[in-house]
Amino acid sequence: MPFNNYDYPFKKWGERLLTKKKIIMRIIQIVIVLFGISFFTFLLTYLAPGDPAQIMLTSSGVMPTESAVNALRESMGYNDPFFVQYFRWLGNALHGDFGMSFSLNKPVVELLLARLWPTLKLTLFSMVLMLIVSLPLGMLSAVKENTWIDNVVRGITFVGVSMPNFWVGLLLMLVFCVKLGIFPVICSGGTFKSMILPSVTLAIAMSAKYTRQVRTAVLEELHQDYVIGARARGVQERKILWRNVFNNSLLPLITMLGLSVGSLLGGTAVVEVIFSYPGLGNLAVAAITSNDYNLIQGYVLWVALIYMVINLIVDISYNFVDPRMRLAR
Amino acid sequence: MEMKKKSFFAANKTFCVFCILAILLILTAIFAPVVTRGIDPAAGSLKDAILPPGPGHIFGTDKMGRDIFTRVIYGSRVSLTAALSVVGLSFGIGTLLGVLSGYFRGIVDAIIMRIADMMVSFPGLVLAMAVAGILGASIRNAVLAVAVVTWPKYARLARSLVLKIRDRDYVAAAVTTGSKHGYMLVRYMLPNALPTLIITAATDIGSLMLELAGLSFLGFGAVSPTPEWGLMLSEGRAYMQTAPWLMVFPGLAILITVIIFNMLGDGLRDILDPRHEG
Repeated sequence: MPFNNYDYPFKKWGERLLTKKKIIMRIIQIVIVLFGISFFTFLLTYLAPGDPAQIMLTSSGVMPTESAVNALRESMGYNDPFFVQYFRWLGNALHGDFGMSFSLNKPVVELLLARLWPTLKLTLFSMVLMLIVSLPLGMLSAVKENTWIDNVVRGITFVGVSMPNFWVGLLLMLVFCVKLGIFPVICSGGTFKSMILPSVTLAIAMSAKYTRQVRTAVLEELHQDYVIGARARGVQERKILWRNVFNNSLLPLITMLGLSVGSLLGGTAVVEVIFSYPGLGNLAVAAITSNDYNLIQGYVLWVALIYMVINLIVDISYNFVDPRMRLAR
Repeated sequence: MEMKKKSFFAANKTFCVFCILAILLILTAIFAPVVTRGIDPAAGSLKDAILPPGPGHIFGTDKMGRDIFTRVIYGSRVSLTAALSVVGLSFGIGTLLGVLSGYFRGIVDAIIMRIADMMVSFPGLVLAMAVAGILGASIRNAVLAVAVVTWPKYARLARSLVLKIRDRDYVAAAVTTGSKHGYMLVRYMLPNALPTLIITAATDIGSLMLELAGLSFLGFGAVSPTPEWGLMLSEGRAYMQTAPWLMVFPGLAILITVIIFNMLGDGLRDILDPRHEG
């Protein structure tokens, strides 16, 4: 799904209108999705080959014997029927208790909270970088449609969309950390400097895609009748572009910005691993590698929640961005 | 006929060029043993470990003394089959469920579409990572994981396309004259939905390939000694300082392959759907 959002269908503005009732419906929908996702991942971990009791014993340094594993399974309730286990877990989760991480022996919530801010910081910073690059480039490309400028921008973005982000990260690391020694190889310091390369890596892939989306959105507006009308009346091209076209293409652009948070949250995992950045994605990869089911579940649900809440906020923000919606309210 | 072919080529030059490139790529994958002159991608001798690119090994060798060129060529087999399997699986399942739920509606439609909505309102790669990791690392599981998060897109698309024509008069006429459900589905619903679905599938191949390589890179896909590009990059990481060629060539292979398939997808869209502004 990522990488193809540039042909995301433009919604009609009426569909975006959010009344209070619709916002409540959306919140209910988010809750339902979270339940669905939690059930799906729980089922998956239930069916998975790994045995949590065995993993726990092994990670605490005990050579697991048959009887020790069985005793632990019994005491942790892993011998209960599936639905009993699921609803027990769900009940605890609703109270904010996602259980203990088997491999790190800490509460899942504590681990996730500690990693949440670094990942959000990384995501936000790369989004800012992405906007700085894509907005001007995309608009330039649209205004100069089918000239050499447009072709160059499209060529670059095309290559950018086709590049694996982990490869970009490795190449940046090779050049800036290993050869030039400007940045540290391990970006776990939490300083601003350690955040630069990971964000640039994320921003490159995202900018390529977003530049294309900006171009499409602006072109769409440029071909509207009112632009021809304004030109016929002799309105300056610059005014048309910044007063009308830009404002009108903001809506699809904000939608796509919200959607791209999804690929960012997924993409951070790869980038965080490459740069040893202490974020959620890095934690998740470690959790998956060591079959730490509680932690995996917590991570998946948290990311889902963050993503959906951000997109809800994006949709609510239309009400403030678009004057038509203010009228309709 | 001859004339028509020629004008098709002239009108869609880029598409044809990338079509030929894609066919070349597939042929390379099929005839990998011929291209690499019979070298085994999994075999190497430790005395040849980490050789820089040179006459004997044009892309160099890795830490096990395996020839990188051979592994990159064989890697195309893994990447192409994996990406095409994901596309095939999600296309097949998505189209089937989407067309059925659009045509019959009712409770089946509600259930299928709620599941699809759930999957779509969620960052796909995150779930794919969890699924692939929990099932255990293997190419097959990575394919399954990506397909699990990709099919809803096709199901929703197929359903919306079917809904568009379902209530047309000619469909009603066909039902009145006694057409059976199976005939309606195959003769009316499917042909209507297929072109758009095929365009989507073609434009998806490249990005799915990237996702699969990413999963392998993280260790949730191909396992050693499979020659897979993402895995090769991950293995070459430790030797970044001394042997950058371990990283350069597999990465370039991914880049080139994805560019070819993305261009092919865009070209196909321009031909089949001229209304679209790309």
